[in-house]
Amino acid sequence: MNTVHTWTAIAAVVITSTAGDVLISRAMKQVGHVGEVLRRRGLRGLLGMVLTNKTFLLALACMTLSFFSFLVALSWADASLVVPASASLAFVTTAVAAKLFLHETVDRRRWLAALLVCAGVAILAI
Amino acid sequence: MSVRKQLVLMATVVFGALGNVSLSHGMKQIGAISAARWTEAVSALLNPWVALGVLLLLAFFAAYLSSLSWADLSYVLPATSLGYVLLALLAQWWLHENVTPRRWVGILLISCGVAVVSRAPALTRKSRPEAAQAEVEVTVNS
Repeated sequence: MNTVHTWTAIAAVVITSTAGDVLISRAMKQVGHVGEVLRRRGLRGLLGMVLTNKTFLLALACMTLSFFSFLVALSWADASLVVPASASLAFVTTAVAAKLFLHETVDRRRWLAALLVCAGVAILAI
Repeated sequence: MSVRKQLVLMATVVFGALGNVSLSHGMKQIGAISAARWTEAVSALLNPWVALGVLLLLAFFAAYLSSLSWADLSYVLPATSLGYVLLALLAQWWLHENVTPRRWVGILLISCGVAVVSRAPALTRKSRPEAAQAEVEVTVNS
């Protein structure tokens, strides 16, 4: 399968997975510390809270799309190419999205970490 | 960071890598899926390796969700990126994919990134986005 096909699938994985990660992070912050929720409400209570959270369901939709794009990409290229390549770009896009949409403090250390991992993952991919 | 939290991050790394390798193994058995018949990707779930991969990725997902309930997204992602190193090793030993010297350089850079982020605090202090949002809503409502 040619490289254009592979990289189109990878781009689809990056966009949907970034949206999914941001939404899921927001959903879990709404749910609260999993350990504490487990202690107070039990497993059933926790599952109920997570599975009825609208942000979580939206995130799940994004991740489902991401997963099937990923399966298609895997059938065209090596896992050690597809996984790092899609993730490499996703490290930078999620760092930006976390700052913009989740108002996380992305300090110099986290930018450096995101860039190092992105570079490392890109080198894995090329 | 507590031992339990570190274990959750480690579970994210291990289950994620094992799940991806298992998926890859299964998809290679199935062969290339053409763009015109992309729905074949759905029937791939019947392959045992793909199914095992899905189960492992579910375990990964549970650990990942747990970590995001007490840490920032921009912390969790770099902190769990050692999974790519594990994936490269597993791909070499099990799937017999070629891990070239260049890929080892990539692995080294990722490890540096993990080291950098793991020494910083995991969660943004004060004004969590939801708290900030709730405050805004309260202000609007009053």
